[in-house]
Amino acid sequence: MKMRNSIAIALVLIFGIFLFRIFEYHHTSTSLNNSATYYNTNAPAEVGTANVVTAIVVTYRGLDTLGEVTVLFLTALIIGYILKQKNREKSVVNYTSEILITAVNILIPASIILGVYVFINGHLTPGGGFQGGAIIATGIVLLILSNPSKLMNMKVLHFIESISGFTYILIGLAGLLFAGGFLDNRILPLGNIGNLLSAGAIPIIYSLIGLKVGTEISSILASINETKENTIKP
Amino acid sequence: METFKIIMMATLALVMIISAVMAVVSKKMPLAILASGAISLLASVFFLVLASPDVAMTEAAIGAGLTTFLFFIILRKTEQNSHENEK
Amino acid sequence: MSLTIDKIALILGMALMLTGLWGGFTQKNLLKIILSFSIFDTGLNILIVALGYLPGRTAPIIEGEVVTQENLALVAIDPVPQALVLTAIVIGFGITALMLVFALKMNQDKKTLDINQFNDLKW
Repeated sequence: MKMRNSIAIALVLIFGIFLFRIFEYHHTSTSLNNSATYYNTNAPAEVGTANVVTAIVVTYRGLDTLGEVTVLFLTALIIGYILKQKNREKSVVNYTSEILITAVNILIPASIILGVYVFINGHLTPGGGFQGGAIIATGIVLLILSNPSKLMNMKVLHFIESISGFTYILIGLAGLLFAGGFLDNRILPLGNIGNLLSAGAIPIIYSLIGLKVGTEISSILASINETKENTIKP
Repeated sequence: METFKIIMMATLALVMIISAVMAVVSKKMPLAILASGAISLLASVFFLVLASPDVAMTEAAIGAGLTTFLFFIILRKTEQNSHENEK
Repeated sequence: MSLTIDKIALILGMALMLTGLWGGFTQKNLLKIILSFSIFDTGLNILIVALGYLPGRTAPIIEGEVVTQENLALVAIDPVPQALVLTAIVIGFGITALMLVFALKMNQDKKTLDINQFNDLKW
């Protein structure tokens, strides 16, 4: 054990030397570099959003977002397959307090409305699909916590997730047919910067991403909650 | 004003490093999970001071909320298994 | 060396990464190892966002009278690291969830979380 600890400390120190070179080389700059200047000067005029980070995530680097959505989908698929059960029964745990149940009845609609607000206004204020989806998943997690013995309706979650993902790909292909390229947002008119109905197809794309991410995370947590405690696999 | 901000950020950084060491070293699991939740929450404040509100919102929702809940529910499911073994 | 906020964030990110890596190498409990990797992820994200900060500037979002469409390139910081870190945080959560579910299945099989007991692949 002593030798293993000293090898671990030696490896960490070597990695620390590499990191220290980053710290030594870095100098705080006072003006933007070339690509950042291009994004800051041209993104509101070309894409039509007020939030430059949203423009980069959805249109300029839209294929990265497609890859991220694919990775999350694969994660939810693997977890749903590993934790599959033949007969879903109610577990015997049903002792939660009255305060929790009453408070959750008020908090769930509020958190779902907040999540929908965050991803619909993703192109005007800080926010977007991933943040809104995480807030919706938090609301559904409260549902699991307040009533742990009730089974979640997986069919509804899977249906919303599949339809959202499929429509996202269809909008991307529509960008290929009607506008500049895959996942181009100019298939709908750009409008004025600052209105709700502006920036082409970005509100629709972010709403679909928000719903997909929210239902995926909820289905992961519901599958983990429903595994029985002492199953012995031969 | 600038020096006040620097002192505040240095204090937050010190609290985060102490929480990280405590999360790795401590023997009780709930304490370690709560320490990592505190790290994510203070990192969200750090992101806001570094002028990135999008990243701050994402880290607060996913890091401080969902990851801590995920660790606690897995802890509960595995502790019940280990207690069945020790009986 | 003048102490600005992004240098403090750089040191903090590096310290969190080293702490998470050390925890991943020396701990025995499986959940502690996964927790250390989660701390490593957080430290890495702080490092990347700190590399894109310019002192005295604000977030790259058009609002009101302070940040308009014309002077966005003069008062806003670099927007590219924020877009990369947004993706990285969500994927880090997905990977942590996958690791934890695998730990749950391993625990169901052998009833323990000590990593020295899992020696099926050793020869």
